[in-house]
Amino acid sequence: MEILNIDNITMQFGGLTAVKNFELRLQSGELVGLIGPNGAGKTTIFNMITGIYTPTINRIYFKEMDITGMKPDKIAKLGIARTFQNVRLMENLTVIDNVMIGFHLRLRSNLASAIFKFPGYIQEEENIYQKSIELLEKVDLERCKMENAGSLPYGQQRKLEIVRALATEPKLLLLDEPAAGMNPQETKELMCFIQKIIDDFDLTILLIEHDMKVVMGICERIVVLNYGLTIAEGNPKEIQHNPEVIKAYLGVEAQYA
Amino acid sequence: MKKQKEKICTIIALIILFILVYFAQNRLDAYKIRILNLGAIYVTLGVSLNLIYGFTGQFSLGHAGFMAIGAYVTALLVLPPYYKEVSFILEPLIWPFTVIHAPFIIALFLSGLFAALVGFLIGLPVLRLKGDYLGIATLGFAEIIRVIANNLPHITNGALGIKGIPEFTNLWWTIGVAVVTIYIIKGLINSSYGRALMAIRENEIAAEVIGINLTNNKVMSFTISAFFAGVAGGLFACLLTTIDPKAFMFVMTFNILAVVVLGGLGSITGTVIAAFLYNIFLEYLRPIEAGFNLGPVHFPPIPGLRMVSFSILLLVLILYKQRGLLGGIEFTWGGFFRFCNKLFSNKKSTEGSAS
Ligand SMILES: Nc1ncnc2c1ncn2[C@@H]1O[C@H](COP(=O)(O)OP(=O)(O)OP(=O)(O)O)[C@@H](O)[C@H]1O
Ligand SMILES: [Mg+2]
Repeated sequence: MEILNIDNITMQFGGLTAVKNFELRLQSGELVGLIGPNGAGKTTIFNMITGIYTPTINRIYFKEMDITGMKPDKIAKLGIARTFQNVRLMENLTVIDNVMIGFHLRLRSNLASAIFKFPGYIQEEENIYQKSIELLEKVDLERCKMENAGSLPYGQQRKLEIVRALATEPKLLLLDEPAAGMNPQETKELMCFIQKIIDDFDLTILLIEHDMKVVMGICERIVVLNYGLTIAEGNPKEIQHNPEVIKAYLGVEAQYA
Repeated sequence: MKKQKEKICTIIALIILFILVYFAQNRLDAYKIRILNLGAIYVTLGVSLNLIYGFTGQFSLGHAGFMAIGAYVTALLVLPPYYKEVSFILEPLIWPFTVIHAPFIIALFLSGLFAALVGFLIGLPVLRLKGDYLGIATLGFAEIIRVIANNLPHITNGALGIKGIPEFTNLWWTIGVAVVTIYIIKGLINSSYGRALMAIRENEIAAEVIGINLTNNKVMSFTISAFFAGVAGGLFACLLTTIDPKAFMFVMTFNILAVVVLGGLGSITGTVIAAFLYNIFLEYLRPIEAGFNLGPVHFPPIPGLRMVSFSILLLVLILYKQRGLLGGIEFTWGGFFRFCNKLFSNKKSTEGSAS
């Protein structure tokens, strides 16, 4: 089943075209990588899918529904979740609260029953707590559940952010450089984790990543962006040998090296 | 099991409070009762401001406006018909205000509802603004309310204000309302909805992408906050027995804000303590405005000196203890018992070493 259809969108900021004529179709259960040098427009694409920006031209469809211009919270309710390149946690709240907040959008109890703690609400809250603990166990964060999210090391904050996204029970998960700031060991664990949740949670994942090992290792399909334009698309092997990509992307890497 | 125990503790605490209020109301002199009444009204005001500012992170400076609305609604509902005739000298009071009348409790409730309605209508457009802009917009709103009160003589009696309001407010009412306010706002904070509000405070964009509607939640918080400010305004009117637009100038909002900052943003316990301390402190400092001797130096009478000294104190506190008097600690029964245990065991060990 086709879950996401990005139909030729363009995003302009004043005179700057950050993304131009971008097309992407995601099938349910896919894990697709989105790569490209700094400033290529990757994050901007995420911002358009999640409703933070509205594309200047053309539209985005999620499960065949037009979501262009919808508010982020509505898009989240439809089943799209994401993480941010520069982690955005509720830093002064506890780790467990950060996960429990993710379940708020599916809450059925009304305000009065929550304030006055009616049995129905208490039951629901209890369920949310249990599910949050289970999610935290999956990334080994259960033991620091009462710590402030802001006090965790960077790598763990990233994991927590993924878990919070999972709490919203998404169908499509967008990960913006999840391995940034992680050591090789953590990165390895993260790769396994990402592959595991696709099956466990029946997900589709779009992944932005600078770490080539991560992308080449786990993505079946990769889209390469440069200056807002799609310059290549294919499986890891094809991408590795694509001269355009080597020039634009790997060339930059070589410069850094 | 633990929940059960905490419930019993709360009930015992409420009974003790009940007895204390009984004795305070019957034994203390009118002056002291008045300070306690003011303290309790400030608890309601402070806790409600803390909801929108401390917990939701929306810098609102409109509390005096909501208070004014509540005060006028209550005044018009409880004022005896005789006073309605004699005190409106500039312009006679217009129908239906001449005939409507309600018992105090209903007047208070309607004060809250009316303030909440205005809060809702104002909040919808204004809460799109952020930070300082929101502060200025809400401040403007409070000023507008005051100017309206000044210029509607056939409803508010203009600058002369309303006099002869029955003195219904006593410690039962003020403490009772404060307890209900704390119960409801604490209930909200400790729920999934409260988490949503704090999520907005912490990071708006993150809150939005996990499905929290910013406008709805901010307006909800603002409306509830306005409701309790309105009720407090009603209590205030029936405590002073006279209200006029000057009572609801920016200073009023500043006082409430000072209480919230003093007690710590996002700390209900802190707000409660700060509300009483603030009122007692201001009374305690009253003599210094009459002039005093500090050693050989004589200070002449300076009106407003106690506000100055209070502001200096606040400044020092903000500089050295940014999270407020209690440093953001919230009262819980668990914490209370741990504290008692520690006291007790300390005592025991010192006794042991002495013998
Ligand atoms: N809100 C905005 N206003 C103006 N320009 C923007 C805005 N957001 C992004 N841009 C610009 O759009 C271009 C693409 O930015 P984007 O953040 O999408 O890049 P990216 O591929 O995620 O890069 P990186 O690898 O550094 O994260 C950049 O030139 C950036 O400066
Ligand atoms: Mg980016």
